Amino acid sequence: MSDPTLTRGVSPASLIASGPWTAAQSVSLERLAAALPAIDAQKKNVVIDLSGVEHLDTLGAWLLERVVRRYQLQHLKPTLVGVPERFRGLLEKIHDVNRRPPVPQPERNRLAVGLERIGRATAGVYTDFGYFLAMLGAIGASLGGAVLRPRSLRATSTVYHLYRVGWQAVPIVVLITFLIGGIIAQQGIFHFRKFGADAYVVDMVGILVLREIGVLIVSIMVAGRSGSAYTAELGSMKMREEIDALRTMGRDPVNILVLPRVIALVCALPILTFLGSMAALYGGGLVAWFYGGMSPDIFIARLREAVSVTHFEVGIIKAPFMALVIGTVACSEGFRVKGSAESLGLQTTTSVVKSIFLVIVLDGLFAVFFASIGM
Amino acid sequence: MPDSSQTPAISVRDLTVGFGEKNVLDGLSLDVRRGEILGLVGASGGGKSVLLRTIIGLIPPREGRIAIMGAESDYGDTAAMQEIGRHWGILFQQGALFSSLTVQQNVQFPMRENLEISQTLLDELATAKLEMVGLSADDGNKFPSELSGGMTKRAALARALALDPEIVFLDEPTSGLDPISASDFDALISTLQQTLGLTVFMVTHDLDSLNTVCDRVAALSGGKIVEVGPIEQLVSSQHPWVRSYFHNARARTRAPASH
Repeated sequence: MSDPTLTRGVSPASLIASGPWTAAQSVSLERLAAALPAIDAQKKNVVIDLSGVEHLDTLGAWLLERVVRRYQLQHLKPTLVGVPERFRGLLEKIHDVNRRPPVPQPERNRLAVGLERIGRATAGVYTDFGYFLAMLGAIGASLGGAVLRPRSLRATSTVYHLYRVGWQAVPIVVLITFLIGGIIAQQGIFHFRKFGADAYVVDMVGILVLREIGVLIVSIMVAGRSGSAYTAELGSMKMREEIDALRTMGRDPVNILVLPRVIALVCALPILTFLGSMAALYGGGLVAWFYGGMSPDIFIARLREAVSVTHFEVGIIKAPFMALVIGTVACSEGFRVKGSAESLGLQTTTSVVKSIFLVIVLDGLFAVFFASIGM
Repeated sequence: MPDSSQTPAISVRDLTVGFGEKNVLDGLSLDVRRGEILGLVGASGGGKSVLLRTIIGLIPPREGRIAIMGAESDYGDTAAMQEIGRHWGILFQQGALFSSLTVQQNVQFPMRENLEISQTLLDELATAKLEMVGLSADDGNKFPSELSGGMTKRAALARALALDPEIVFLDEPTSGLDPISASDFDALISTLQQTLGLTVFMVTHDLDSLNTVCDRVAALSGGKIVEVGPIEQLVSSQHPWVRSYFHNARARTRAPASH
């Protein structure tokens, strides 16, 4: 295929366009239309001959129109002649487009934009907290309703979610906590051995796992595994107007969708924490045996001395609260999803980041609390 | 070019498509001539969308051949399919606009991916396309989630037309639109078809569209095309399914006088 051209004609104020004026030739066409042949301002009428144009599409038509408009800006009167019949409709259509000048975006002060962003982010913290509290309140109200009228609780849904976030999470939770218990024990033995205190690794593993690591690791994993799923599920339901449909049927989405999920999480997390802690102790015990040379009998005997049921209680009491925080954040973020796929991704990320953050903050508060009551 | 104008825009021969045990399309043949608007009707779940998705290469056929503009589709060859894909634009039923891009960016997307043009020209062309489908430049800055049903269809049509395709596939273009918007949209398709010389393959249930814009109508029943021709021919068809389609209570008030 030959190249498109726009050349001077025989008379001084005439131009001849020829060749294919289509998107496939966009690069050379754009150059042609930019390098507008200068026309003597004395000549009023510019004639552009299109009889040589073989193909024309929207891009070519627009570039021709742009040439025409540029000449008009120079107070010339361009006319298109020799227009093949099949292009006439397209050229007429293109003649009407892009008439309104684009609205200029107002220039904004960089500093002001930065300050505004900081301000909005700060205000956003409060609104976020508001959403969290609102969802917590809605869950509380819904739970109250479920206590007064137990039949309003969606038992099937709750059991189903318990199966998903509890039972199905067991293998991965057990595996990860098992490995972490082993790693803690190995590090403890390696460093404690330098001052002959490797027997105390049992105390460290026992107390650390039961009080902190067990519940913390499990909560973080559940936030990433189940919290994100909750947000994505509720978010896509919101996008597809399923939640609005529920509302119009006079059903409370919190009661139907959120409460079963949160109850399932609150039930599952203590169980997972227990299993996780046991797996971590088991991992620690195995490492102490094979790496530290401490027989299982001694490990268990020392463990019995080192930890009391209080340590276990401290860990397990925290679990339902962690679950409540994760569930509340996940569901409230899910309801904040707007129409786009991007928003779904954003809220899911926010949900996980926020629940992990809150879980750690809550763990810190519990540490202070338990220390002050001497547990 | 007398030769190329005789090869049909889309030629489907003995097409069989199925899922599992069942064949949805069973030895279907259909030609879409260049520069015509062909409407495809068929029962819900009868394979209209399957046919459309097979032609555009989303579903591999079990048997049969499909030629687009004379070029045979080869489903194994991704590059060849992409090349053929530049001949067509597709308006999906729900619009399928990219929700994270503005309307303007949606329209620019195919151009940006396939052509080498400057941002200024991209902006101007996108606005031109939007204005051609009856949207304003301001609408271009909106996100798909902010558009009404009719605007979504228009924006999706602008994106389908972004590369000046020769064939446009429309999957139920007027579904979900009120009668006024639907007839506006029909008129728009008709005008654009004339100005841009498009071949339009339209899956539709809208009897008004069939009457006003379609040059020919094809009826799909039992996995085959049972009747194809101008609307009058279908209305007077003796095939039982086609008869009941055009002569049920809803159709009678709308179809052109045929008796």
